[in-house]
Amino acid sequence: MNPAPSIVFFTTASGAGYGLLFWLGLLRPLGLVPGGQGFGLTALALALVLITAGLLSSTAHLGNPRRAWRAVSQWRSSWLSREGVAALATYVPAVLFGLGLLAEMPGLTAPMGLLAALGAAATIYCTGMIYACLKPVKEWRHPLVVPGYLLLGAFSGAALLAMLGSFWGDGAVPAALALLAGLAALVVKNIYWTAIDQAPPVATAESATSLGFIGKVRPLEPPHTETNYLLREMGFRIARKHAEKLRLLALTAGFGAPAALCAFALLVGGGMGAAALTLGAALALAGLLVERWLMFAEATHTVTLYYHGQ
Amino acid sequence: MPDPRVEYSPSVSDQVKTTTCYMCACRCGIRVHLKDGRIRYIEGNPYHPVNKGVLCGKGSAGIMSHYAPARLRAPLKRVGPRGSGEFAEISWEEALEIATGWLRHVRETDPRQLAFFTGRDQSQSLTGFWAAQFGTPNFAAHGGFCSVNMAAGGLYSIGGSFWEFGEPDWDRTKYLLMFGVAEDHDSNPIKLGLSKLKARGAKFLSVNPVRTGYSAIADEWVGLRPGTDGLFVLALVHELLRADRIDLEFLARYTNAPWLVVRNPGGADDGLFARDEGGKPLAWDRARGAIPAETADLSPVMAGEVTLPDGRIAYPAFHLLAERYLGAEYAPEAVAERCGIEAGRIRRIAAEIAEVAFDQAITLEQSWTDVWGRTHASITGRPVAFHAMRGISAHSNGFHTCRALHLLQMLIGAVDTPGSWRYKAPFPRPIPPGPGPAGRGAKPNTPLAGNLLSFPHGPDDLLVEEDGTPLRIDHAFSWEAPLGLHGMMHTVIGNAGKADPYPIDTLFMFMANMAWNSAMNPGEVIRILTEQREDGEYRIPHVIYSDAYFSETVPYADLILPDTTYLERWDCISILDRPIGSAHGAGDAIRQPVVAPDRDVRPFQDVLIELGARLGLPAFVNEDGSPRFKDYPDYMVNHQRMPGVGPLAGFRGADGSKVGVGEPNPDQLRRYIENGCFWRDHIRPEQEWLKHANRAYLEDAKAKGFIGKSDQIVLQLYSEPLQKFRLAAEGHGAKQPPAHLRERVRTYCDPLPIWYAPLEQQGQDLAPFPFSAVTQRPMAMYHSWGSMNAWLRQIHGANKLMMARSRAEAMGLAQDDWVWVESRSGRLKCQVALMEGVNPDTVWTWNAIGKRAGAWALAPDSPEATRGFLLNHVISEWLPAQMAEGRDFRLANADPVTGQAAWYDLRVGITKAAPEEAGLTAPHPEALRPPPHMPGPPDILRYSVKTSA
Amino acid sequence: MTCLPAPGAKKLGLVIDLDTCVGCQACATNCKEWNASGHSAPLPDFKPYAAGQEGVWFNRVHSFEAGEGEAGRTVHFPRSCLHCETPDCVTVCPTGASYKRAEDGIVLVNHDTCIGCGLCAWACPYGAREMDEDQGVMKKCTLCIDRIYNENIPEAQRQPACVLTCPTKARHFGDLGDPESAVSKLVAERGGQPLMPELGYNPVNRYLPPRKKALPPSAPVEDAPTPMDIKNPLLRWMDRVLSR
Repeated sequence: MNPAPSIVFFTTASGAGYGLLFWLGLLRPLGLVPGGQGFGLTALALALVLITAGLLSSTAHLGNPRRAWRAVSQWRSSWLSREGVAALATYVPAVLFGLGLLAEMPGLTAPMGLLAALGAAATIYCTGMIYACLKPVKEWRHPLVVPGYLLLGAFSGAALLAMLGSFWGDGAVPAALALLAGLAALVVKNIYWTAIDQAPPVATAESATSLGFIGKVRPLEPPHTETNYLLREMGFRIARKHAEKLRLLALTAGFGAPAALCAFALLVGGGMGAAALTLGAALALAGLLVERWLMFAEATHTVTLYYHGQ
Repeated sequence: MPDPRVEYSPSVSDQVKTTTCYMCACRCGIRVHLKDGRIRYIEGNPYHPVNKGVLCGKGSAGIMSHYAPARLRAPLKRVGPRGSGEFAEISWEEALEIATGWLRHVRETDPRQLAFFTGRDQSQSLTGFWAAQFGTPNFAAHGGFCSVNMAAGGLYSIGGSFWEFGEPDWDRTKYLLMFGVAEDHDSNPIKLGLSKLKARGAKFLSVNPVRTGYSAIADEWVGLRPGTDGLFVLALVHELLRADRIDLEFLARYTNAPWLVVRNPGGADDGLFARDEGGKPLAWDRARGAIPAETADLSPVMAGEVTLPDGRIAYPAFHLLAERYLGAEYAPEAVAERCGIEAGRIRRIAAEIAEVAFDQAITLEQSWTDVWGRTHASITGRPVAFHAMRGISAHSNGFHTCRALHLLQMLIGAVDTPGSWRYKAPFPRPIPPGPGPAGRGAKPNTPLAGNLLSFPHGPDDLLVEEDGTPLRIDHAFSWEAPLGLHGMMHTVIGNAGKADPYPIDTLFMFMANMAWNSAMNPGEVIRILTEQREDGEYRIPHVIYSDAYFSETVPYADLILPDTTYLERWDCISILDRPIGSAHGAGDAIRQPVVAPDRDVRPFQDVLIELGARLGLPAFVNEDGSPRFKDYPDYMVNHQRMPGVGPLAGFRGADGSKVGVGEPNPDQLRRYIENGCFWRDHIRPEQEWLKHANRAYLEDAKAKGFIGKSDQIVLQLYSEPLQKFRLAAEGHGAKQPPAHLRERVRTYCDPLPIWYAPLEQQGQDLAPFPFSAVTQRPMAMYHSWGSMNAWLRQIHGANKLMMARSRAEAMGLAQDDWVWVESRSGRLKCQVALMEGVNPDTVWTWNAIGKRAGAWALAPDSPEATRGFLLNHVISEWLPAQMAEGRDFRLANADPVTGQAAWYDLRVGITKAAPEEAGLTAPHPEALRPPPHMPGPPDILRYSVKTSA
Repeated sequence: MTCLPAPGAKKLGLVIDLDTCVGCQACATNCKEWNASGHSAPLPDFKPYAAGQEGVWFNRVHSFEAGEGEAGRTVHFPRSCLHCETPDCVTVCPTGASYKRAEDGIVLVNHDTCIGCGLCAWACPYGAREMDEDQGVMKKCTLCIDRIYNENIPEAQRQPACVLTCPTKARHFGDLGDPESAVSKLVAERGGQPLMPELGYNPVNRYLPPRKKALPPSAPVEDAPTPMDIKNPLLRWMDRVLSR
């Protein structure tokens, strides 16, 4: 599948934004992050900026962005629609949460934070489901896709929150969460990648053409000698060797290194810790971009059976 | 149907016009829907006899050819050097003045110095007539490089041929054997026919080195080696004779098998038919001895030696053929390896043919009367049908291969019977069909009488000087190609370049892309067209070219006469040329303008008729010198070739009631249009079979002017005209071949079919060139008429060299690798693709997808130019130089009997290109410059006539 | 509404005969010319006269080789929307532009409400969706909905353009929900196959498989002693009495 920059950026940025919102909304009422107004508003603002930038970016992928508002209508069947509904709905408690922070009304902040966290989680879940429900793409149809989205959102959100917390003097809890989530991501992505490498194809050139009863099916000539929308969108191929390198990069620099930096920050704290967490958050986001790019680049669609035979 | 989002019954069009398609040469009927003057939709005409409502991929894409930006816009005059593409737009008046000036000078001095060649012309009865009126022998269309082997092989054997001249009995045949059919000859009729076969479960066997297109759906694919079809067919003949599974009665009644052939080695009559005083061929009657073979109650002896009353020894023709083909050299075992087919398989196929022909014969309870006046209550059919085309035609042994196929048909009695191959009226025609060709005695300002492309009966009909020098610039009808019935367009420019036998002043071409895919060697053609004499004049001083599009040839002409598209013109699918008959009756068709041109262009035929009038060609002017015809439609209606016979056979006579012969009908075109732009005759059921010996049919055909006499058309197993050429080569008669050609004429003018290795492969070291290389025409693209079409060029924008996977892998070649392809005459670079269904010793590619950069109004970096290639670049138009009788000479790379260009004899070697050589085909001549005022192509094409769109 | 309607009785669709298709592209170009001015007009072409030419087509004809060497078979394979009974291209649509019609099962796109997100193309395993990147909306085969019910077209021709034009009659149109229809009978008779049934989309269109080749006789007709074995085989014809 084509790793369109708008979509790669969208899922990375929004994922991190929702992750940040999730942890902020959850941890702040619990008092596990700095309690000051400055910290809260800054973290919320960053979350909303990331979320909004991502959502705007995603509309760049639309043929008719001006009609994007129509996308919320089919929540009964479409995960994309549900994602839209969840995303829009999450703004409500998020904004109220912000008002609560501004007005210093803990009675409003706490429930709205928890609701925003719930909305954030739901939105990421919907995002994951958009991919996980696509039967023609075996790499997306996998049961670890949704957990992966949730986990990576949590990881990047925690890393960001830890960084901000450290600026306000206390990023320990989110740093610990980022550490745990990073290690979990490391494990889950590894399992996922091994699984998709071994997963049987969802269909074959033989079943796609119904000609398997004759023997092995190979494409002889395509219907057109140049490319087309289908091939650009779904025929994207990445070389095995190239993918291996990127996977390693995502695992080490994207998940492993931030986790290590979190551990380091937990140990040293202070300015060094803040610097480590900042670096960790940046690496996590960069690693996520790589992971998300791979998520598309490694995904194969059954339509290529007609063009490439595999 | 309550769905407000759907408009269920939009009006389709505000006008529908019928006409004839020209996206290929099949001549299907179409209905063109127009909306607000633009073309909404082109569909097959359900009532049309050729396509019965269906329309192929090309025809359905006609809109895009019609509106292509590559259309020429106005007459052009060259203002820079040839090939520079520097042109100035001029008026039609100026263009016609220039053309008339050049042509008048030629006609007043030496009319032979006009070479008029018309490519894929469907108006040959006009263009050939015009050339004869002009007085030049140098006229032909593209048949010489297309399928003259099929036409000549058929017309000299059975008085008909495939495609326009005959068709399988699709409704009844139980076994169809198809040879070398390259997906477009022909198109929809074969497709419709194959679907009928499939529906009935009849067996379809395809002989073709490549398993694509029609061969893909064959029940049996015989992937033989190119050029060995004839050997395969003669092995089938061997088997049928060996097993005595032949229709001897058919042979006795309808062929010249019983005719007596004189055996007199060294004598002037050796191998000729024994004839009575009246010239009638003799047969040996069991009771009465030698009597005219046409005798009704003849009981002929078919084998054994007889002594004629004058003491000469003779044998029935059948004896000679049986003797030859029973020879061990035609046994399946002897041919298997060369053909690439197992001997057992050849025997099985022969047995299947015999089984279907004789054990599954069809009898129709249809009475009919033979030429001897005897009425038969039924007709027996041999339901084995054949169809063959370019794959056997485009070899230097194609004429004999085609004859071998007809021999096989005759042996099993499968000619015009239920279930077999059938004549399309107005065929059969006498064998050969007419007098010899005109072309002798060209004089200034004097028309040549007769047809320029006609049928030699022997050496006396050849167009040669006393010393054997050809009279025509292309050497057709000379000893180099005695049956060059369609001319030899592929040699014209090469011979003109060498002034062989004389220089050419004006080369006038129509729809022939000779500077690219129509030439066997485009680079050489371009070299000659741009070659200058010492005085600075071009070797060929004047080149006039007419085409509708900016093809690769345009920049090499001095004067461009822009033609219309097929939807903007009148045209005539003439009964005198290549009509649309069927087994059920003759037919012909017209084109009518569907839309008016939006450019300063004129139909070529209108222009030709006006040029004829300006030049004062007798048939094109009235007695007072004024133009006789206003335009082409006027000519179509009012021209009479003979009294009552004109270009169109339908709706003749003052009231339109006459068929074939009748005075011109001023209302004729309106009648055609009312009838869907075609006319078809319906013969009666008792006339439908064995037309060559069917009295009711033959008399009717004579009355309609299709044939001159209603005599039996005796099928010619043994060809006496060929023996006459051979005798001349052996030193008999007044006209004999020059010494250096004697052996060639003697060898190849064999009166019975033979097989020989393709000429260019003889005596050559083939080790460096292990592969045969051929082209196929893709179904969606016809010759060069497609790359300017925005839809079709998406389907075929580039081509690759296809080869057997096993062979490629053994050579270390993978899919899409770049390779060099080398032949004895050149090399090219392209990409390979691997496949299963191809003869392992054969490589192939789609024809004419490769385009020269810049041509056809395509961007120079289009895939047609960067990844597309022409095999033509490694084909030579000449055989390797030869020496005989102390003389160096060159001969066309062509069939030695007909002059048919031997495209498919090519042998190549393949080597992997270096990595840095990948990415661009070679040769890659520099980009052509478009003519002035050609519109800039759009980045996005949103073709639609829907108003809301 | 992108929820699927309750399954209807009528399932209009195509039956494509892979035994007869010769790959001529008539269905592809005839579809293109009809639909260029039809329900989904226009079907734009990009870089139409330059490198990288491509466009919107509802019908694309592939060719495949199945099996090895001479024993194999070349198969031409037209690919278009299969009008699935349970099409995810409809349910994933966030706007309701993509819909399956209850009355005849045709899957359509409403170009006035499509946002061009492309998710339906991802959800379609068959590549039946074609993005009009000019208008930014998804387009697809409509089964010529503006022909099959069109009262301005003679009744015999109220069929999809691809079916009418097919020169080998390899395409058949009808109601696959009616077991008595000609197309249903054809499917039953010839063992018509769905594509990628394992994905569970329940495509309505069916492909008729290439017929098994008639096997050649196991042993070639063998040299039974014929008169050939006589020294001069011509002798057998010498005494044959023939009359006209």
